[in-house]
Amino acid sequence: MTELVIGAGVMGLCVAAELSARGRAVTVIDREEGAGPHHCSWWAGGMLAPDCEGETAEEPVVRLGRAAADWWAAQGAQVTRAGTLVAALPRDRAELARFARRVPGETLDAEAFDALEPALAGRGLRGMFVADEAHLDPRAAITGLRARLAARGVTFERGEGRVGQIAGGRVIDCRGLAARDVLPDLRGVRGEMAVLRAPDIVLTRPVRLLHPRFPLYVVPRGDGIFMLGATQIESAGRGPATLRSVVELLSAAYALHPGFGEAELLEIGADARPAFPDNLPRIRRRGATIHVNGLFRHGFLLAPALARQLAGWLCDGNKPELCDEDHGEW
Amino acid sequence: MRLYGTELSSRLMLGTAQYPSPAILAEAFRRSGAGIATVSLRREAAGGDGGAFWDLVRDLGVRILPNTAGCHSAREAVTTARMAREMFGTPWIKLEVIGHADTLQPDPWGLVEAARELCADGFEVFPYTTEDLVLAERLLDAGCGVLMPWGAPIGTGLGLSNRHGLRSLRAQFPEVPMVVDAGLGLPSQAAEAMEMGFDAVLLNTAVARAGDPAAMAEGFAKAVEAGRLGYEADPMEPRDMAAPSTPLIGRAVLA
Repeated sequence: MTELVIGAGVMGLCVAAELSARGRAVTVIDREEGAGPHHCSWWAGGMLAPDCEGETAEEPVVRLGRAAADWWAAQGAQVTRAGTLVAALPRDRAELARFARRVPGETLDAEAFDALEPALAGRGLRGMFVADEAHLDPRAAITGLRARLAARGVTFERGEGRVGQIAGGRVIDCRGLAARDVLPDLRGVRGEMAVLRAPDIVLTRPVRLLHPRFPLYVVPRGDGIFMLGATQIESAGRGPATLRSVVELLSAAYALHPGFGEAELLEIGADARPAFPDNLPRIRRRGATIHVNGLFRHGFLLAPALARQLAGWLCDGNKPELCDEDHGEW
Repeated sequence: MRLYGTELSSRLMLGTAQYPSPAILAEAFRRSGAGIATVSLRREAAGGDGGAFWDLVRDLGVRILPNTAGCHSAREAVTTARMAREMFGTPWIKLEVIGHADTLQPDPWGLVEAARELCADGFEVFPYTTEDLVLAERLLDAGCGVLMPWGAPIGTGLGLSNRHGLRSLRAQFPEVPMVVDAGLGLPSQAAEAMEMGFDAVLLNTAVARAGDPAAMAEGFAKAVEAGRLGYEADPMEPRDMAAPSTPLIGRAVLA
């Protein structure tokens, strides 16, 4: 039997990887050709930062996210394990105290802060270091995983792949927000991001700038490229980024390092993340369809664990922890 | 408490922004029993549709008070208010016209202008204002039936930063329902506002950004109730001399 996966975003690909690793034949159907801007994972930051996410996310995100860095590295992705620097401007130090109460990490004095990221030294920034975190380039990771799966015999087809239109057999629905047609409690949370080239600035790890109104993260992608993200707006709109959002992101980056003022603006992007009301992902079985969805802002962080749980269910019968609905059988 | 003829059982109003998730937002409302939810629609509407989130807010089963947060001119605020009326089917609007980007301080002139236009258009306006008496008078003249003076700038958690001003505002317009809006960080500050005779408080950040938003919401609800009871019970006046509550008869006076 061939396992049919709908959706070739990060969730669909991770499912395909886990199932094919267990010897299953897998076909992945997607509306579009190849990896690209039609998937919301294309716009992701690529931070594998379970501890930092724990500031606001529920416990399973922190626990399940710990496996992500190893999983991606095992898939051949280039994973940089350099931790996360959490920083605050002089007048926002109260934010840092708040963050430090919720996230385990090493609070840095001025000297240690400057030593960790010399590019940010000398301007009164303070911060903490969260060591056990990593980052990757999401586009390279997705493209690489796709090629690896194809080489392993996973087939990719283009098609609408609507649930119900595929006759017989089991379907694993990883369509993300597009699955709102059958998952009414799924909502969109819009994110806007920018990509800059600033060859004069060297950062070795993602930096999260805490701010009461305009929080920002900057993820270094190598070769002087930086990804800035990301807004979080309660909207399923996938249209172009607004000027206000971009101005806020760019101003925050400029405040973090004035050198970003000279950066080239390579890209501005926007998309909507699929999320359930508690912002935790879900696995749901309805008849012959299994939905894996709602990864919110934790696509690269949680897709490996979800895929592994799903494969464990299909292959060994272990019901996944994040399964909240089970109607049907195979 | 009656606001624009609507009877409300809770004197706590909560914003709906910045919560870790809509599920936690719903839990905060459940545990606090807050009777009004403010909703900002400007940014969500601009980006596409905030439909699913607004459905979640509607499902809270409380009265919705849309706001014009993020508007920097009377014109923008009026347009946003009209959009909100259509979207939420309510004449209620919390009117914010921001005059200063850094402190989010209201623009008194823009506020009065927008209030006048909206009241004439049938809106029931809840203006976010300062404790300024003259501005309050102008807003009432414009047709506002409720005032929402700030405790401190939005999101600061500083509490009541001008007690004298707030007290004098309360005393000046004893019949006007007033809601202390913005700047509260702790339940004790909400209790203080209620003890001063304000009718309700509205807050967002203090709850949404707490480590346990639902617990903080409940804490505020209790403080609001305690403060209101304290006000209604006609509190004693502070005095300089200690007054023992049991008579000293029978004991050596100079012992």
